[in-house]
Amino acid sequence: MTTTTVRTSVHVQDINVSLGRKPIVNKVSFDVQGGDWLNIIGPNGAGKTSLLKALAGVTAHTGTITVNGARLDDMSHRDRACWVAYVAQTPIFPQGMRVADYVMLGRTAHLSMLASESPRDIELTYFVLEELNLLEFADRDVATLSGGERQRASIARALAQASPLILLDEPTSALDIGMQQEVLSLINKLRHEKQLAVISTMHDLTVSGMYPDRLLLMGNGHIKASGTAEQVLTAENISREYGAKVQVIQEKNRIIVVPDTL
Amino acid sequence: MSLRFGATDKRFPLRWWIVSISAIAIAVLIGVCVGAVNIAPTHAIGALLNNIPGVHIGTTDEITSSIIWDIRTPRVVLALLVGSMLATAGCAYQGTFRNPLADPYFLGVSAGAGLGATIEIVLVSSAAQWTLPLAAFLGAMLAVLMTYSLGRSAVVGRSSTSLILAGVAVAALLTALQTLITARNSDKVQQVYTWILGRLATAGWSDVLMVTPYVIICSVVLVKYRRVLDVFAVGDEEAQSLGLNVGKARATIIGAASLGTAAVVSVTGLIGFVGIIVPHTVRLVVGNSYRVVLPLSIVFGGVFLVFADLIARTALSPEEIPIGVITALIGAPFFLYLLASRKQGSLI
Repeated sequence: MTTTTVRTSVHVQDINVSLGRKPIVNKVSFDVQGGDWLNIIGPNGAGKTSLLKALAGVTAHTGTITVNGARLDDMSHRDRACWVAYVAQTPIFPQGMRVADYVMLGRTAHLSMLASESPRDIELTYFVLEELNLLEFADRDVATLSGGERQRASIARALAQASPLILLDEPTSALDIGMQQEVLSLINKLRHEKQLAVISTMHDLTVSGMYPDRLLLMGNGHIKASGTAEQVLTAENISREYGAKVQVIQEKNRIIVVPDTL
Repeated sequence: MSLRFGATDKRFPLRWWIVSISAIAIAVLIGVCVGAVNIAPTHAIGALLNNIPGVHIGTTDEITSSIIWDIRTPRVVLALLVGSMLATAGCAYQGTFRNPLADPYFLGVSAGAGLGATIEIVLVSSAAQWTLPLAAFLGAMLAVLMTYSLGRSAVVGRSSTSLILAGVAVAALLTALQTLITARNSDKVQQVYTWILGRLATAGWSDVLMVTPYVIICSVVLVKYRRVLDVFAVGDEEAQSLGLNVGKARATIIGAASLGTAAVVSVTGLIGFVGIIVPHTVRLVVGNSYRVVLPLSIVFGGVFLVFADLIARTALSPEEIPIGVITALIGAPFFLYLLASRKQGSLI
């Protein structure tokens, strides 16, 4: 695993993503430190998912991403995967694959292409399974898990990848409110314990302000606002970017965003 | 690191080795003994062992020995090689394209081989035996190269859909050319069709020697990539984020599968459905991991074709049924069953 004597430092500079000639993400720059959680919000089509995919290296982009001074853009897929793990918005859970085997896919970057996992990789996989309370599901078919269990399995796979930066695209979108809380508090616990740098996207504005330290509001590919929940989740910002009329209620260090009647 | 959980990789346990070796041994023995003249297994084993230098078992007469060693054994060995190559190639295509209905003839291999063989039959006539496989092989490789270069240039990116569509287009084009040539040389239609239906009938040791290196090299490559095939199961994007060079891995796997298929097709003609029937049947028993499915497909692809060939040469004896007809009679209903029972997002 990562021996973090030095705090992880992620530096993102001038990321551009285009679809054909249409710019989707426009000169986005920000920094994240190990143990920090940055959450990206914004209306549909703002470029949140494209930005995350660019950071994961699965979509063409310009700009630089460095982790502890290492430039990810120059790396092979395999080296890059040792630095950054990615949980897709709707991950594919292959039917008939054991949960343990699914999580062990996270070891791919640490193996040469044609090697099999060593006992150490298998041990590490079971360690992660135990950590995420998935040990009892180890031999189950991953496709038969419930929504919350699946999300835990995909986070477990990212942890098995043992990279200091984790990207989560809408980690709670398919979950009911109880499961949402469970998954978010799990991510929160893990980032503190392992000093992971977490970058996520989320739809629900109130939930967005709960665990992450910092919010990034995107609109039309640009960063429109960034800072703490109090700074970003203002009625003015939200009405400007979402075209929505909302009331922002501040209560016991929490920001609650509720739709208002037009 | 002390192993607290003690979990081990038991994906290919000893019992599968035992089952595999026994299945091959039984298939070979039955394939060698049963035919127009039935031969007692003891005699067959004696005749086989007599070919090992220094061994002499005096129980088998000259004619039986000759039937066993010169006629039946090469045919059974060829069936083993061809069956395992087709089944393995089927696995490889199904894995890399995440398409459970992909078969070894996926990217135009069959159409290319068909065109090559047809041109050879029309131009050279089949008297020159060795040129037919060569022409079929060249045609098959040409088709795959066309498909690949078309599919690559059609879109920027790593979409496998463009490759599949290019395969369909190339196959349509080459089949049209083949039909045109056949139609203009109607006296050769029978020969062309005999080839297309697939046959192991002319098999001698020379055919076996010709395909063996291809089958061994391609199978070894694909076995080496069995874990990578499991990584493909999560889709290109996630596979890439896990650190797999998706484009390079897919190119290597397709290359090996296509080369092996082209080699066996050039000798036997088009034997269909083996690449679908065998991997899917194996999956029903052992689950979906290619680490088990792929090695077992090598074994049972061979075994399956030995038995299909047995039916082909004994069912209407002394007439022989083209083996492609037998595999299609089993395969087509099986294919429909797969199609009907396929669930959304399911691998089978």
